[in-house]
Amino acid sequence: MIAPASAPLEPRTIAEAVDAVRGHPRLLPIGAGTKPGLAVPPPGHTALTLRSLTGIGEYDPSEYTFTALAGTPLREIESNLARHGQYLPFDPPFSEAGATLGGTIAAGLSGPGRQRYGGVRDFILGVRFITGKGELAYGGGKVVKNAAGFDLPKLFVGSLGRLGVIVEATFKVFPRPRAMATLRVRFPDFARALEALVRLGSAPFDLEALELEPAALPSEGALTLRLGGAPEALAERLVRLEQFTGGTAERFEGEAEAALWRGQRLPATDIPGTLLVKVPITPKRIQEFERQVGRAGSARRYSASGSVAWILWPGTAAELHAVLVSQALAGLVVSGPTDRPILGATRGDNFRARIKSALDPEGRFPDFNP
Amino acid sequence: MLDALAKIFPAARLLSAPAALAPFESDGLTAFHARPLAVVFPETREEVIAVVKLCHEHRIPFLARGSGTSLSGGSVPVPGGIVIALNRLNRILRLDPVERIAVVEPGAINTAVSLAAAKHRLYYAPDPSSQAICTIGGNVAFNSGGAHCLKYGMTSNHIAGLTVVLPDGEVAEIGGESLENVGPDLVGLYVGNEGLFGIAIEITLRLLPMPETYRTVLAAYHGLEAAGDAVGRIVSGGFLPGAMEIMDRLAIEAAEAAVHAGYPRDAAAILLVELEGERAGIEADFARLNEVIRASGAYEVRIARDNDERLLFWKGRKSAFSAVGRLSPDFIVQDGVVPRSKLGEALREIERMGRERGIRVANVFHAGDGNLHPLIMYNGREAGALEKAEALAGEILRLCLRLGGSITGEHGVGLEKRAFLGEMFTATDLAVMQRVRLALDPLELSNPGKMFPGGEAPALTAHGAHPLERAGIISRE
Repeated sequence: MIAPASAPLEPRTIAEAVDAVRGHPRLLPIGAGTKPGLAVPPPGHTALTLRSLTGIGEYDPSEYTFTALAGTPLREIESNLARHGQYLPFDPPFSEAGATLGGTIAAGLSGPGRQRYGGVRDFILGVRFITGKGELAYGGGKVVKNAAGFDLPKLFVGSLGRLGVIVEATFKVFPRPRAMATLRVRFPDFARALEALVRLGSAPFDLEALELEPAALPSEGALTLRLGGAPEALAERLVRLEQFTGGTAERFEGEAEAALWRGQRLPATDIPGTLLVKVPITPKRIQEFERQVGRAGSARRYSASGSVAWILWPGTAAELHAVLVSQALAGLVVSGPTDRPILGATRGDNFRARIKSALDPEGRFPDFNP
Repeated sequence: MLDALAKIFPAARLLSAPAALAPFESDGLTAFHARPLAVVFPETREEVIAVVKLCHEHRIPFLARGSGTSLSGGSVPVPGGIVIALNRLNRILRLDPVERIAVVEPGAINTAVSLAAAKHRLYYAPDPSSQAICTIGGNVAFNSGGAHCLKYGMTSNHIAGLTVVLPDGEVAEIGGESLENVGPDLVGLYVGNEGLFGIAIEITLRLLPMPETYRTVLAAYHGLEAAGDAVGRIVSGGFLPGAMEIMDRLAIEAAEAAVHAGYPRDAAAILLVELEGERAGIEADFARLNEVIRASGAYEVRIARDNDERLLFWKGRKSAFSAVGRLSPDFIVQDGVVPRSKLGEALREIERMGRERGIRVANVFHAGDGNLHPLIMYNGREAGALEKAEALAGEILRLCLRLGGSITGEHGVGLEKRAFLGEMFTATDLAVMQRVRLALDPLELSNPGKMFPGGEAPALTAHGAHPLERAGIISRE
């Protein structure tokens, strides 16, 4: 572990955060550090820790919105929402581990609940941030619908602390379904599980989550499907879903169901030396990816109808980079040893470089690709 | 410049005679017009890139135009600039039911995408009222909304990837085919740029499975406030309707005169609520919804018995804007947003302001997300009437800001509201946005004069509907 250039800065107010930015020429903003791959400052950079900048400023359940400071733990936000029967439908991962709101935005991570209504990008409404020039600026708004000015809140999703320091954000929330139920369906081989996933994609089932896993044994595959809504209709919907998917189904309800998803939300990261990587993908590319990446002995999970692969990679970042490039895919290293967070074939680097030059002209924050 | 354009475009796809330019001088916000130097109709992406490069070389401003249905003046030409009309670049390049995406050119019509996707039981969700004519490219530029935004979001929530020509001719590919992304959400930033970030020449859309069923209820109230309160009860009841719309007495009157939807004519307000999704779940929710509505003081509740009746309920709503043309020769459509809990207060204030100024205001709004659409009526032939109507429109925007909302929910800032952007954002916020813009367009050639305050305003005209609106092809939302 490389020692940081100096002791971490830990502002308690937005004004202190602005001073910290202005006073340090090389910074990486971080949250609670639950995603170590994104929270270690590159050589020469000081960590600006936002975890003491906390508090839910405004939350009116009837508006379906809240505003909170960037260091507020998701746990605290989610328990507040739950008291009013609401939730963050995009299911942010690392919530139980202590992840902050700002860190979740900057990492751009969503969990299995992304399936139903979209990811973190689809729920952020407003963002207050400090630019590389030390300006405190705002983009977006505090109401659920707004088209005024450029959509800077979305730009900060996935910005990895490299465009500015997020200090506050406003989100849209939804009412939590009154009841949930889950099916785990096992198939004799992965191809059949994948085929069922594709069929479900154009079928009119309102799924809260749809996860695909290659099982531990070779030539097996499992789908995990979550339904939510009126409790009196769930039994009928489960039966229909079982008939549609085929395979061998197992049902989960009540506390067992909730526990199952708590486990699913956080990909296991406790294997030393492995990389936890998010790889955006599409259903048609899964089979080839499975061949290439599965061969290396990694654990995989395909989330939200096959739109993201989460992998635990036992090799080096350079090896994974080569595999991703060969398949024209990009990956984000969330934890594990790497000298850069983004691997593989990225798109739009020329566009991104222009935006970086506008928000951080002096290069106070690290480059995306050092 | 015209000679250089003629080297790229044959005469049939290059207009520069004044008579030929007339239809391109204004858009859905009919009060503004400006004359461009020329209009070109590219048929390939190479032609788009070539004309953008040419504009950059000659330092001549340009505007990408779809069907010209913008309600904020966003597609009013830059005086003396080039209009790049994308209507011939309208192919659906790929429709992939496995990936659930469509790759389209910018001139593709919104409904054409859903029509093409229907055979796979998929559809494209954003549904602006002008969807039968507006283009996807225009939807991307203005992050267009519609009646179903609360549940499914705006255009931005349905765009996965873009190929864009930046204002200096450089091409960038941002996003991709996956719904997920690594690095900053550049597509999210691009959507809603109001034409200031160049031209999207290829757009990857995500498609959703068609809902299995819709259940629609229409409730009539003796007071506008009671209808607003019902919305609050529905929201706190934990429902997430696909759409939730309110029309007031004047709007009902206009809609009835226009399309005979059979709305209760003595109502002070009607509330239209629609649930959609899996049949079993929706039936259960709908039964509970109807209990909430009956308890909310509605004096009449109608449930659409079949799809025909459902479409009739919607026909009145969707035609309400153009129908107001029957009550008044001219009107301005406003698009402010207030926090949902302030809807009642906002409506009372709008009513009071209209009464004090002697101006009739009809109200149609997306109640679920607090997006107001006051229709401010005036007669453009009366001296000073437009100015009075505009002054009231400005007061309504300030009211929205005072209540913690926004100056625009879905129509964009455009020409119309640029004076108000500085009331919603600080000088620093605007300076940061301007730097982002200059990083992509250092010479300010791409649709200059829109969104940001200041700059030369095109001429105002006081009277008349858009020619397409008069023909009943487009309507305002």
